[in-house]
Amino acid sequence: MELVVFVLAAAMILVGAVGVIVRSNPVHAALSLVLTLFGVAVLFVAQEAHFLAAVQVIVYSGAIVVLFLFVIMLLGVDRTEDITIEPFRIQRPLAAIVGLGVIGLVVASVVASRDVVGRGTGLEIPAVTEDGDSNIRQIARNLFSDHVFAFEFTSVLLTVAVVGAVMLTRKVKSGKGES
Amino acid sequence: MNSLVAAATPTTTWYLVLAAVLFGIGAVGVLVRRNPLVMFMCVELMLNAVNLSFVALAKRLGDIGGQTTVFFVMVVAAAEVVVGLGIIVSIMRRRPGATADDITALKG
Repeated sequence: MELVVFVLAAAMILVGAVGVIVRSNPVHAALSLVLTLFGVAVLFVAQEAHFLAAVQVIVYSGAIVVLFLFVIMLLGVDRTEDITIEPFRIQRPLAAIVGLGVIGLVVASVVASRDVVGRGTGLEIPAVTEDGDSNIRQIARNLFSDHVFAFEFTSVLLTVAVVGAVMLTRKVKSGKGES
Repeated sequence: MNSLVAAATPTTTWYLVLAAVLFGIGAVGVLVRRNPLVMFMCVELMLNAVNLSFVALAKRLGDIGGQTTVFFVMVVAAAEVVVGLGIIVSIMRRRPGATADDITALKG
C-alpha cells in the first residue's frame, strides 16, 4: 500500500517537474508545478507530516501558484515562447551534464550512507494512531520553545517582503513622483 | 510474496533519491530556461526537493525539528516569491517580453 502511494506520488512529482521545464507556455508550466506540489504533499502525508501537507497545499498550490498565474496573466506573457531557439549552443548539453552530475553525486552519497540512515523503521514521532493532533502539537511545541525568536523574525521578514513588493511594483506618477 | 512486498516498502533512501532527482530537474530548468518566471518556478522545485528530504529525515531520525525547518523554508519561500515577482513585474513593465539574457545589468 505504501509502495503504491509512493510510486504514484513519485510519478506525479516527476511528470510535473519535467512539465515545468519542457512546457513552452508559462501557464502550462505553472499548472505542472501544481501537480508536483500536490505529489510532494501526498508524500508529506505518507511521512506523517500532516500539518506540513496541509500548509503545502494551502501556501504553495494555493497562494504561490496563484500568484505566479496572476503575474503571468497581468504581464501578458501567457503566449507560447519558442524554446527551440538556443542562442548559446553549448548551454543545454552543459546543463544536462550539470544536472546529471548533481543527481549522480547526491544519489551516490545517499546510497553510500544508506547504512547510517538505515531503513525507515526508527519511528519515534507518534502518528495519528495515538492522537490526531499530535503532529501539530509537536510542531507547535518545538516552534514556540526552541525556535521562538526565528518565528518572530519571520513576521518581520513577511512585513518587509510585503512593503518591498508594494514599493517595487508601484507606478511612479509622471511629473510629481520625481521629488 | 509477502516478503517481497515487505522488501519493497519505501525506505528513507527512496525518498532521498526522489528528492535528489527533483532537485536535479529543477537545477536543469534554471539553467536552460530563459523566461524569468519559469526560472522562478524551477527554484520552487528545488526548494520542494529539499523540503521532501527534510521531512523524510525528520521521520527517520524521530526529530520534529526537521518539520519545523520545513515550515520556515515555506515562509521564506513565500516572501521570496513575493519580492521576486515584484522585481519581475517592474522589469517586464519597463521592457515587455524581456528574457533572462536581456537583464544583464542591475540598472535598467
